[in-house]
Amino acid sequence: MADKTEQDEKRMAADAAPGEKDAPGEKDTPMDGVRGEKSAQPVEAARAQGEKSAPAAPADTAAALAAGTITTADLPREAVGKRAYRLAPLSPEALDAAIHTDRALDPLTFLPDMDVLGNGMFDRVLDAAEAYDPDAVTAADVRRVLAEDTVGPADFGVLLAPAAEPFLERMAARAQRERARWFGSNVQFFTPLYIANYCENRCVYCGFNCTSDIRRAQLNEAEIIAELDAIAATGQEEILLLTGEDPVRSSVGYIARACELAAERFRTVGVEVYPANVADYARLRAAGVDYVTVFQETYDPVRYGKLHLRGRKRIMPYRFEAQERALRGGMRGVAFAPLLGLADFRRDALACGLHAWEIQRAYPAAEISFSCPRMRPAKGGVAPHAPQVSERQLMQVICAYRIFMPFAGLTVSSRESARFRDHVAAITATKVSAGVSTGVGEHTHQADEGDDQFEIADTRDLPTMCAAMRRMGLEPVMNDHVLV
Amino acid sequence: MSEHAQTAGQIPEANTWSLGGKEFSSRFILGSGKFRLDLVRAAVEDAGAEIVTLAVRRANTGQEGSILDAIPDGVTLLPNTSGARTAEEAVRIARLARELGCGDLVKVEVIRDTKYLLPDNAETVRATELLADEGFTVLPYMYPDLNVARDLVSAGAAAVMPLGAPIGSNKGLVTRDFIRILIEEIDLPVIVDAGIGRPSQACEAMEMGATAVMANTAVATAGDIRLMARAFGQAVRAGRAAYLAGLGRVLETGEASSPLTGFLEEEGR
Repeated sequence: MADKTEQDEKRMAADAAPGEKDAPGEKDTPMDGVRGEKSAQPVEAARAQGEKSAPAAPADTAAALAAGTITTADLPREAVGKRAYRLAPLSPEALDAAIHTDRALDPLTFLPDMDVLGNGMFDRVLDAAEAYDPDAVTAADVRRVLAEDTVGPADFGVLLAPAAEPFLERMAARAQRERARWFGSNVQFFTPLYIANYCENRCVYCGFNCTSDIRRAQLNEAEIIAELDAIAATGQEEILLLTGEDPVRSSVGYIARACELAAERFRTVGVEVYPANVADYARLRAAGVDYVTVFQETYDPVRYGKLHLRGRKRIMPYRFEAQERALRGGMRGVAFAPLLGLADFRRDALACGLHAWEIQRAYPAAEISFSCPRMRPAKGGVAPHAPQVSERQLMQVICAYRIFMPFAGLTVSSRESARFRDHVAAITATKVSAGVSTGVGEHTHQADEGDDQFEIADTRDLPTMCAAMRRMGLEPVMNDHVLV
Repeated sequence: MSEHAQTAGQIPEANTWSLGGKEFSSRFILGSGKFRLDLVRAAVEDAGAEIVTLAVRRANTGQEGSILDAIPDGVTLLPNTSGARTAEEAVRIARLARELGCGDLVKVEVIRDTKYLLPDNAETVRATELLADEGFTVLPYMYPDLNVARDLVSAGAAAVMPLGAPIGSNKGLVTRDFIRILIEEIDLPVIVDAGIGRPSQACEAMEMGATAVMANTAVATAGDIRLMARAFGQAVRAGRAAYLAGLGRVLETGEASSPLTGFLEEEGR
């Protein structure tokens, strides 16, 4: 449950009202960028230009953005929803300066080159998360909801509340029944392949962030082929390609080429890369990709601004709309996740479920899946302030997702222990990774391999994982997909 | 239909049906998608199934011991196009089934709803037409709508497969009245597919005159899979026998004399 100060901050962020209020002990502004009172001179000049036109002196604007004396929230922008805005055209220098400067971007303002859907989904999901009070849920509410055949969006939060914790065994039994009904005994295997770890973002909790002192690497075509071949030789048929989020070094063209190479060797190819525009997703689709995963990290706009200081990732609504853009680009399936433990995990899980629900409602043919990552220690990253999520609480979230959207895929990360993953798979997870490495070039131990994004707990290879799944009564499936 | 037994003592089990030029005596079709593969063979044998469906997308694998290997020899494979969202996608998946050696039988599934998995009837009609033109023996999975069923007949379907309830729901014959209309009006085999959760529901569909019944989830998720497979096989045979025997009358109240027409008899006296 957020304290009053934080709620006030959220309201301010939501209204994009001027004023700031630092949380005790933190240097960041509550919603970085929403700082009308501090407006510096160039801003007034920009405002004098009116809402529609570009800033008068791009060089000055660039310098001011780079110096941090203004943020993009101070520049002319148009509203594209209750919370979100679109920035007026900006000189390339100013844009570049803002992207690479801490807190220079307003987290709620789309950059000029970003597609904006602005269909109200962002506001609806964030409103619901804000209005959600987990502590108001009672045991009677939980009993009522568990007695229903289906759980709608209005009742999903009941399953995520502390009051539902004593019902975890019942929730798990129901989650297991639903899984059997929709997926039978099948558990789908995949493996992630990191092809680059360069990143323009500064996420304070992440090992790949641009200020981390880690070894950086980007695989070239020959190295990608070697890695793909090494993984394919183990018998895996589904691959998830990942990069750090650096759209310059890891361009859409670079990723598309990697996807083509992957599609020649794997029956199912997914990507987990930086959010892109509809046309970019269409290009990846043409390269053989069918699934897109984007982690929202947190749906709390205040925390989001505090945790993501730099890079395009700082633009929260652009990330939020990524799944919808991917579907418009022709993708078959999309995956959702908050990184539980960055903010109030119950609120974040609620928002994630509602986000997926809204997408399924708008795109009934879309295959929906959830990932369930918790914070893990990373080299170069720092632990956030939010309380950590226990295994029991993670289990509650997982069961709640399953009961709410029984048809959705559910992935349990190799950040979790073998014991936890095996049991969660037996209960309700439908997808597991095996033979995981989060470093770059590690499947073939190539010379300039890059450091890992995070520490993994479950390092089992494919045969060991298959045997474990069979012991749990499950059927390992390498592929259940045709690219059409 | 005039399949009712003409003479006492006719053996219902000898009553066969045909599909794509093949004769079948079993009227229970088993799905394979939700099973542990080591149980598929036993379930097929215990159910006495002669036709097993499989998803082409599941068969699209180089995995050792894949689903194709798990299905016993001599059983007719009925590949389905699950994963298709349009008629064109269904056609591509059906062609892949041919390449995988599954023959010309194909169950068309065109679904663009991931929540209830309800079939898209309009695209299903289109897919049926395209595939029938390519020489496939097409069994379309459909929502039981009489006009659509007639369109499927015109499109060249070999049978129609109306759903009893949403896939995997185990809710039984929720659409019974509409399936009954298809059985009365459509001259092709009517195979009740999806939603059948209990042997008694399969039996009821057969009593109504369905040609065959298909199930997957109900067997695959049972406590004792082999026993449930057997129960379904027996229920389908019992339902068929009851249909052939001609069900007795069902009366709302006791039938006394003839209060309305009895006077006719009196007049004759």
